[in-house]
Amino acid sequence: MEEEPEGAPRETRTLSIDSGSDASKATFTLTHEDHTLGNAVRYILAKNPQVSFVGYSVPHPSEPKMNVRVQTTGVPASDVLLDSLVTLYKVADHIDQTFAAAVDEFKTKSSQRV
Amino acid sequence: MAATRRPDALPPHLSDKHKHVTCASDAPTYTSTPEYAGVYASLGIDNSLDLDELRREVRIDVKSLTADEMVFDVVGIDAPIANALRRILLVEVPTMAIEKVWVLTNTSIIQDEVLAHRLGLIPIRADPARFEERGDSESNESNTLCFRLTAKCTHNADKSTDAEPYTGARVLSSQLTWVPQGDQAAGFAAEPPRPVHDDILIAKLRPGQEIEVECWCEKGVGKTHAKWSPVATASYRLLPRITFHQPVHGPLAAELKALCPLDVFDIEDVAGVPTAVAARPRSCTVCRECVREPAWAERVSLQRVRDHFIFSVESTGAMPPDRLVRDALGVLKQKALDTAQLLKDTRAQADGDVDMAGAVGAADE
Repeated sequence: MEEEPEGAPRETRTLSIDSGSDASKATFTLTHEDHTLGNAVRYILAKNPQVSFVGYSVPHPSEPKMNVRVQTTGVPASDVLLDSLVTLYKVADHIDQTFAAAVDEFKTKSSQRV
Repeated sequence: MAATRRPDALPPHLSDKHKHVTCASDAPTYTSTPEYAGVYASLGIDNSLDLDELRREVRIDVKSLTADEMVFDVVGIDAPIANALRRILLVEVPTMAIEKVWVLTNTSIIQDEVLAHRLGLIPIRADPARFEERGDSESNESNTLCFRLTAKCTHNADKSTDAEPYTGARVLSSQLTWVPQGDQAAGFAAEPPRPVHDDILIAKLRPGQEIEVECWCEKGVGKTHAKWSPVATASYRLLPRITFHQPVHGPLAAELKALCPLDVFDIEDVAGVPTAVAARPRSCTVCRECVREPAWAERVSLQRVRDHFIFSVESTGAMPPDRLVRDALGVLKQKALDTAQLLKDTRAQADGDVDMAGAVGAADE
């Protein structure tokens, strides 16, 4: 009797880099990522003056795959992508702290009102 | 030339387009955010992302917060970040839901698989942070919660005409009883896991029919199945902004107030003249009724503020909404960290391969 595989298959996230003629341009392919990370990273890279082109695509909605194309004015593309992820972390962290403070303030205020 | 001036130094006609989406009677204009760092380079203005500026300017204001719903404003971020937060709330914040149903008896007219599906959709109040995702491992007390449902329908002994003819005809979520596994009884004594609502109808029975099932809850996320989604809805909208090209006085002010179906406008006494003011822009749904007539479009300007997001998060009740937002931001942070690590590893591996190839080439010579 064939054993049914137990549970859903574990998501193993992978990243592959397809470099062009030099390190300043590359296409990064991430699995198990979608518009959530793709558009956020694209936005942060577009705001980086060292980036001359950036775009992302999800080739097919039922395939868990996302491409990010980065071309820079000279610095390695993987460096600016790494920077953008660190920036995304810092932005999220700042929103997290601000949100926590705002919720605390709201709870204090509403408890005083009662 | 290094541009040091920021977009707040833009001339008024560009600043308006930078900050607002204009909603004209026929269509919205300037809908996309100017994101490219060099978009204002010819004016000597730098549009790049400045973290210190962002840290100074981000404002969050909680407007309402109840056990299962909250509204808050986030000012000073752009749509891709707000949208990442919304998308994570919908499908990437973990919760507990019934995943396996062991059917011991089911003589009701509801098929086993339909019954199992209905059970799966019941929101369960249990802190997912205290569980691990099961993955490929065996079920145990650290990744599974067990509930038992036993229901049987009989004729009611009371035959009086106004009495219910049957007892146990309606199987409700309150009949799910938690069966602690391992040390769960002690660990969850303060807050025993239970369905969020007690009055969810699971099945209807008639005399002689019975259901006996054992339900195993597991931790999961909404992208696997919607039953794990922690929210009923999570959405944002941009703050409406209503301004006047020219003051609206007297009878016109009354006409404008009557035009708006959501009562956005008030009439105030400005220097002795009754004048229309936009008193409640948050009530505005941007129905555009106030700019539909060309004459009114010349007086009133209807816009949305591009960086002012009004978030609305409605929890299923499994976790409080403020906790969900914190969890979602945690997921976003972790996602950035994991991807950065993955990129570093991939790069290190690629460099290693190149070194290896170089070493092999050198040995051949």
